[in-house]
Amino acid sequence: MSDTSEDWPLYEVFLRGKRGLNHVHVGSLHAADAHMALHHARDVYTRRNEGVSIWVVASKDITASSPDEKDPFFAPSGDKVYRHPTFYAIPDNVPHM
Amino acid sequence: MTTVELQEHFDRTIAHDRRIEPRDWMPDGYRKTMIRQISQHAHSEIIGMQPEGYWITRAPSLRRKAILLAKVQDEAGHGMYLYCAAETLGVDRADLTRRLISGDQKYSSIFNYPSLTFADVGVIGWLVDGAAICNQVPLCRSSFGPYARAMIRICKEESFHQRQGYELLMTMMRGTRAQRAMVQDASNRWWWPSLMMFGPPDNDSPNTEQSMAWGIKRHTNDELRQRFVDMTVPQAEALGVTLPDPDLRWNEERGHYDFGEVDWAEFKRVIRGDGPCNAERIGNRRAAHESGAWVRAAAAAHATKHASPATSDDQAAMQQNAQGGPDE
Repeated sequence: MSDTSEDWPLYEVFLRGKRGLNHVHVGSLHAADAHMALHHARDVYTRRNEGVSIWVVASKDITASSPDEKDPFFAPSGDKVYRHPTFYAIPDNVPHM
Repeated sequence: MTTVELQEHFDRTIAHDRRIEPRDWMPDGYRKTMIRQISQHAHSEIIGMQPEGYWITRAPSLRRKAILLAKVQDEAGHGMYLYCAAETLGVDRADLTRRLISGDQKYSSIFNYPSLTFADVGVIGWLVDGAAICNQVPLCRSSFGPYARAMIRICKEESFHQRQGYELLMTMMRGTRAQRAMVQDASNRWWWPSLMMFGPPDNDSPNTEQSMAWGIKRHTNDELRQRFVDMTVPQAEALGVTLPDPDLRWNEERGHYDFGEVDWAEFKRVIRGDGPCNAERIGNRRAAHESGAWVRAAAAAHATKHASPATSDDQAAMQQNAQGGPDE
């Protein structure tokens, strides 16, 4: 019975909750193809109007950074405090800044 | 990083009550425990469709049919959310299904009891889903991110499940004497199995300490059981049914209800496979899986055929164009 030819590939599902919001990852599901994945995503993830738009992406097509937040991958932004507005001291009597 | 450093990083994440995400390093025991916990929970949702699914075609009105259908569909959805969370730990969903139907993995003992009358549908919503909510709300803060997120989604939907059950029972309690007797009978049958849903007593629950240290369990079994009893007694009074426990009474000193001892021998028997419906539940799941095999295979074959860049029809058309079509 462990016939792998009938095991469908994994898709990741992204939902736009309402107009004006980004699509957000909500989970995954198995489907034979992308078209079926969309239909399954509708049934599994939007039974109560949780979305106005769905994206599905084959999980194998996602390239991800390494998970550890201390990863040197993110180091370049770690020491650039001058990218933040609080880096600059402005006197309190200067308005609208 | 060395294993010691990885372990320290993991421990710090837990200590700060941050979430562990799938690709993080985690101790083998944590991974194994999470896989077991999540897949057992997923299996429970899937098997849990059966006691109520039986009543969909027998529900007494279109309204009740539609509600029950939506509820059972939710259970399927909950199973899917949870299988998805389990898969982030590197297990395969099809393999989990195979482990369920081979009896290698368990599901909640509660679903091995029969649903004998339509009142059972109401009592399952009220007591079984009520107990499930009690168990699941703290799991929304599980240290394992994908599980916690699935639980948040599930808890939002469970509230409908419990309320539809209670409303169904209120309706029956306003009916005939026979209908009220059905509600009482169903309450009698489901009360003790519902208390068993919280698992063995704390002094017989060896994994609790480690699970609490890992942040994958937030309260002990007995704490949650007590909370459920305290919440449910006033609901039973409002409904007008008695709960089948002569020892059930308010304890002013403790500020909680005292209640009798659960029959743990029965609990162990049902877990072991000797409940009233174990064989039937697994048999149905196996039959559904096996008789669906050709559909999965056909859909996969269809997808493979259409995934190739050019089908034979396309190729014929292209050849015709290359050779100069009939219009020329």
